Order: sequence, then C-alpha cells, then structure tokens
Amino acid sequence: MLKAFTALGMASALLFSAPGFAKPTADNTVAVKGAFEFTSLDPTRRGYVFTRMQVLETLLNVDEKGNLQPALATAWQVKDNGKVWEFDLREGTVFHDGSAMTAAVVADSLNIARGKPSLMQGAPITAIEAVGDNKLRVTLSSPYSPLGAILANYSTAIMAEKAYDQDGKVLELIGTGPFSAYEVTTPHKLVVERFDDYWGQKASIEYASYLTGHRAETRVLQARSGEGDIIFGLDPASVPMLKRLPHLDIIRSDLPRSLSVKLNLAHPLLADKNSREALSLAINRSGIATAVLRSKEAATAQLIPSYMSDWYVNNTSVKQDLAKAKSLLSAQGWQKNDEGWLEKNGQRFELDLITYADRPELVTVATAVQDQWKRLGVKLNVNITSSSSIPAGHKDGSLEVALIARNYGTIADPLGVLIKDFGSSKGGDWGSMNWSYPSIQTTLNELVQETDTTLYHQKAQKVAQAIYDDKPLIAIAYYVQRTAINKRIEGFRFDPYERSYFLNELQWKK
Amino acid sequence: MAALLLRRFLQLLAVSWGVGTLTFILMRALPGDMAYRIAAGRYGMDAVDSRAAELVRAELGLDQNAFSAYWQWLMDLLTWNLGNSLVSGASVTQEIWHMLQHSVLLALVGTLLAAAIAIPLGLSSAYWGGWLDRLMLACSTAMRAVPVFVIGLLTMIVFALEWQMFPVAGFGTPAHLVLPALTLALSLAAVSNRVVHTEAKRVFDSGFFEFARTKGFSPWQAFRHHGMRNIAVPVVAFFGVQLLTLIEGVVMVESLFSWPGVGHGLAHAIFARDIPVIQGAALMMGMLFVVMNTLVDIACYYLDPRGGRLA
Repeated sequence: MLKAFTALGMASALLFSAPGFAKPTADNTVAVKGAFEFTSLDPTRRGYVFTRMQVLETLLNVDEKGNLQPALATAWQVKDNGKVWEFDLREGTVFHDGSAMTAAVVADSLNIARGKPSLMQGAPITAIEAVGDNKLRVTLSSPYSPLGAILANYSTAIMAEKAYDQDGKVLELIGTGPFSAYEVTTPHKLVVERFDDYWGQKASIEYASYLTGHRAETRVLQARSGEGDIIFGLDPASVPMLKRLPHLDIIRSDLPRSLSVKLNLAHPLLADKNSREALSLAINRSGIATAVLRSKEAATAQLIPSYMSDWYVNNTSVKQDLAKAKSLLSAQGWQKNDEGWLEKNGQRFELDLITYADRPELVTVATAVQDQWKRLGVKLNVNITSSSSIPAGHKDGSLEVALIARNYGTIADPLGVLIKDFGSSKGGDWGSMNWSYPSIQTTLNELVQETDTTLYHQKAQKVAQAIYDDKPLIAIAYYVQRTAINKRIEGFRFDPYERSYFLNELQWKK
Repeated sequence: MAALLLRRFLQLLAVSWGVGTLTFILMRALPGDMAYRIAAGRYGMDAVDSRAAELVRAELGLDQNAFSAYWQWLMDLLTWNLGNSLVSGASVTQEIWHMLQHSVLLALVGTLLAAAIAIPLGLSSAYWGGWLDRLMLACSTAMRAVPVFVIGLLTMIVFALEWQMFPVAGFGTPAHLVLPALTLALSLAAVSNRVVHTEAKRVFDSGFFEFARTKGFSPWQAFRHHGMRNIAVPVVAFFGVQLLTLIEGVVMVESLFSWPGVGHGLAHAIFARDIPVIQGAALMMGMLFVVMNTLVDIACYYLDPRGGRLA
C-alpha cells in the first residue's frame, strides 16, 4: 500500500512540476503579491487584476488627479449637448493574438460588457456603434458626464473578437496591454509575458506574476525573504520591521476609501444638525488613526481625499472637542443621569450601531467610537452583522447608525458614487439616509451635465462643503495602502485609483 | 468482496443525499441576504449595492421557494449535474476537480512525510522507552498544542527566511509543496507517533513476541515476522482516517501557503454563499470518506485476514 502511495505521490508531483520548467524564472519575473482573488476571466467580474497586471486596457486612462487621459482612444468629442460621445481609436493597435483593433471589435466588446451586470448599466447608454474603421460613437438618452470615467474602469476593458464565444462568455484573455496572459490559474495565479507589439511604452521586464496571498503574515514573509518584488496590503504592525531591511522600500499611499459613520437622519436623536455635530466632535479621529490604522495622517473629517481636488474642501478640522460637544447637547436639554448617560424627559440618548466583520478594523473602530461617545454620555450598542444588513437596514428604515468603509474611487470620477449615495433625500445604501437638502441634491444631480470645468469645481465644492457641515455621514479616517518594493527593481509608482501597477515602467536595477 | 462493495455503494448514495440535503438546509439557514454575499463574491466588496444584488437575485432566481430549489438540485444531482458556480460561472465539477487535485497531492505528501516521521519515532520510543519515550511524549504534546497556523509560520521562518531553502508560499513547482506538506506532517506526526508507540508497545510486551525472541529470533527477525503486521492494522486505519480529515481540514495551511485546495476553496465559497460549490465540495468529501473507509477496510483485511471474510 505504501508503495502504491509513493508511486502516486511521485506521479502527481511530476505532473505538477511541469510548469516549473517553463520560461519564467525568479530572475526574469517581477513577482507581485496581493490579497485579492480573481474568480473569473470576465473583466466585468473583478477584472481589476487583469487591468492592473496590464493585460487589458480601456478606452481612456486616468491620471493621479482623476483627469481623463487618452489610452486606446486618442481623442474624444462630446456632442449634441452631451448626448453623443465620439472616440477616435488609436490606429495600428493590435491585440495579443495579432488581430487589429477596429471600431467594430471595440463596439462588440463594449456591447458584450453592457449586457452583463456592470457599471455601464448605470449609465443612460442607448447605443454603442462603430462609425467607420476608427471611430466609435456612444449615444446616451440624457447627458452623463461620468461616462468618460466609466470607460476608464476595468469592467469596460477591450478584448479581441476571439476572446468571446457566441454567447459573449469570455474564453480567453486577449487584450491590447503591454503584457499578454501567459498562465492564468483562477483564482490564485496570473503570469504575464511582455508583448513586443504594444502601442505605447514597451516593457523592459520579461515576465510578471501575480499570486494571491490571503494572509497578511504570508505576504510579510514573502517581502522579507525576497520572494516578492511588489507586495501590496502590508499589515501596519509589520511595517517598522520591514523598514529596517536593506533590500526593501516601503511606500505609503492614500486610498480613495474612507471609514465613516452612517446616520439615519429620520431618527429623533439624529435629526438635529447640532446633535450630529456633537457626535462628530466627540470622536478622537487621530487616536483611531494612530492606534487602529497606524497612520496618524489618515484621520479626516471629510469623505473624499485631497487628490480628488474638486471634492476636497480645505477648512475642515479633525480635532476632538468634548467640551463643545457636551455644550451642544446640553443646550438641547440633555442632562447626565446618575449612571453618566445623557437623558431628556426620561429618555436616554441611546443608539444602535451595526457594522460588519469583512474588514476587521471596522470592529475595532466601532468599539473605539462606542467608548468615545460614552464619554459624551451617549450609549452606543454595537452589533456586528454581515455587510448585507446595511443595505437591508437602509431599505426598511431600521438602521440607526452604521460604521462603513466606502470606496469613492471605483471609477475615477467620484460623482457617480456621490449621486448614488447623496443624490436624493432617501439617500443610498452606503451613503446618506433621509438627508433632505434639496438645493444641494439638485446641484449634485446637475453636475452630470456640467461641461465647464470651473463651474464644475465650484458646484462640487459647494456639495462637499454641505456634506461636511451637515454631516449626514461622519467621516473618521482614510484607508492607507502600504506597499513593499524590492530594491532589485526601480521605477515603481502607485496608482491611487488602483487601475494599473505600471509594470511596463519597471526596470531591473543594473 | 462484491457484497462489501455493493453495501458501500449503497452507503455512498445515502451519504451523498444526506450531506447534500444537510448542506442545503444549513446554507439556507445562514443569516444575511444571499444576493448581497454572492454579488460581493462576484464583483468585489466595493461594487455591491442594492442594484447589483437585485440583478444577482433575478439572474439566479434566488427568490424561488426553498422546496422547489431543493427539488431542482436533487433532479440535477441525479443526472450528475452539479451546476455552475454562482460566483465564477464555471462548472462546479471543473472547479472542484482543480481544487481537489491540489488538496489530494498535499494530503498524500503530508501523510507520507508524517509516516516517515512518526513510524521510526514511535517504534524507537516503544523499543527503547525511558528518556526517549518521555522526550517524545513531551514533544508530541507540545506540537499538538500549537495551532497548525503557528507551525506553518515557524517552518516559513526557519526554512524560507533563515535558510532560504524553499519558497514562502505559492504553487506550481515541487519546491512549493515542501513547506505546507511539512507543516501538515509535523502536526499529524504529533498524534500518529503516539499511536504507533502504543501499538508497538502492546506487541513488544505481548507473550507471542517474547516467545519469538525466546525461540532465538533476533529483535529484527521477531519484529519482521511477528511485529510488523500486528502493529500495522490499527496504524493503517488511523492514517486512513487522518488523511481524510487532512483533505478537508487544512483550510488554515492552504490559505497561509496560498495553496489552491478544496478546504480553502470551500471556506471562500461559504463567505460568498456559492451554494453549488459548497454542495459539490461537501458531496465530494462525503463520497471520499466512504471510498477511503472502504480502501482502509480492504487494506486491513489483507494485513490481518483472521477476522473472516470481507463483508
């Protein structure tokens, strides 16, 4: 029996070792390690790994400030009062299978994506069609300014005709990027190979690999051992130790994701603006940022980070002011009872907060907020549930307070997300709840039709200021990404929108 | 033999139905809205909202009642159609096959390594006893008390960081297999060397073994002719059961070493409420359990045929 087992084990070991003899080696491959899995080849389903590894590309790119840049489209015109967008496609672009990128192929690819649940279904698109060989026309039923940003999102990546079967199912990854797919093993491993016919800056490294490392501990050890060249999502606690290693650089970057407290403004205790102000003043943001997120600068009182400059207001404060908070509430008649809780007409200032454990820091932050509001005399009951209970609680109105993490950079223009979150008095699953501010909500909805950039900036500032002042959500901190870079490579830069790892700009250190 | 196989086959059917039904009930009983969990699994947590959840609900018919969903699943099962993953859209058979290959490889190599560690240690501690036995007992207890997760981290630190012999994590080459297999082996050997020890001690202390020595056999001859088979029966049975708990119980080791196995895949499927994958995986494990038990029974019969006919 033992013999049989040995033979079987040997046979399978040999079977599995086959890819090990192939071309990519540790010396010619940049090894990227991240926490995320890719479950499918379809770019509309978590396709971000494929654009980040630069296999697939989109019509437009986004720079660090969120401005649209040419990519597979070299120029674009908005016509007919914003209802028609025309894109000039980059001539001479070829897919990894050697076929040419024509307007018809691009239109097909986008129409297939539009038929699946994705961002495009939120846009009022009526048609996507080819006009001649090199022009693409997108027709809308009403003007929609975030369209450009949507066409820069991974879910709208362009693939060759042969990438799909007849039903639009993705069979193979055939894109236009500086790297072609060499080995794809869902959900863990992707190896890409330099594509020499790329239209833009050709890569200097030969291969790159992406491996999902689910545990932060594993990724830290991969950084230490030199097995990984670019390691994303480092555990903050391990950073001081990694910084001491001579072969690593540690880069800290702000993400457009923030941690905030969602409030139900229809709740009698939360309807008054001064109560919300008091709750906000009672939060020690720097303390939470330092102790839980291990990054003091991450503390914030507004939702959108500074590099999304249209939406960032300058005069905000993250200072905790317990005395002022107490006076705001006592002005409304709230007095502390014998147990130290605020009370008015025999009713306690008591709220239920829900949050979810998918992001472990949320639970810790929730208990920190609970303690900080206790000092104010506010009793907060914390419930840890699943993330679906937040949309559910929003829908049936049972939600009182929720601690959430929200990404405002899934598309480079946060407008789409903000309209979803704050655009109506009902609010959004992950945004305001029963916040009625008609003038601001009208302005916000008008912005999709605003083409003048100066006016756009002014209006956006007005909205951001109103959200900060009125506090339908109380922002606490930004998320910070920490990345370890092995010094054997140079030229790394981090994309705050996480659209690309810029592997084609990397070089081996001589 | 034929009777045994037939009985085991019937058992297989019963287990499949039982496991499938139980999984179905348990998955339905989990809190939280399934549509949101599936949408999060598919599109990533940042892209989930009511609209995505509604689309998922409509596409998968999640609001049909439990009984008709169960009936549908049972009918599909009869035609050996395990369905498609709700998250990736790929066929469940294909996904599980991919994961199972990796898990079986890891479990086999882990068990072989465990046997290579446990059998010599167990035998020698039983033969010589004394301080060696006490040392082995202390080591085994300590090793068993440490979570397998910590053993994994320790092997990584020693073999990958300090000595740079093997990669920290990943898969695809034999070198990647060594550390996860070693981690499993150490954790398994902690118990199995004591099983070997106890069995060996029973045999070494027995009258028939003493008689063999008295009639002039050397220790090795006595062990070969009278010891080996006697010790082997319970040990083989124990390893068989262990191999199975391994295949399903290595979630921690698999995620620590980025190993794409079935335990890890199952955990992710549960987070994402990917019911067809969960059912398929549970079904596969249930069936493996019956098959392994049958193989162990057959092996034990050939090792010790005194029990009578195979039935």
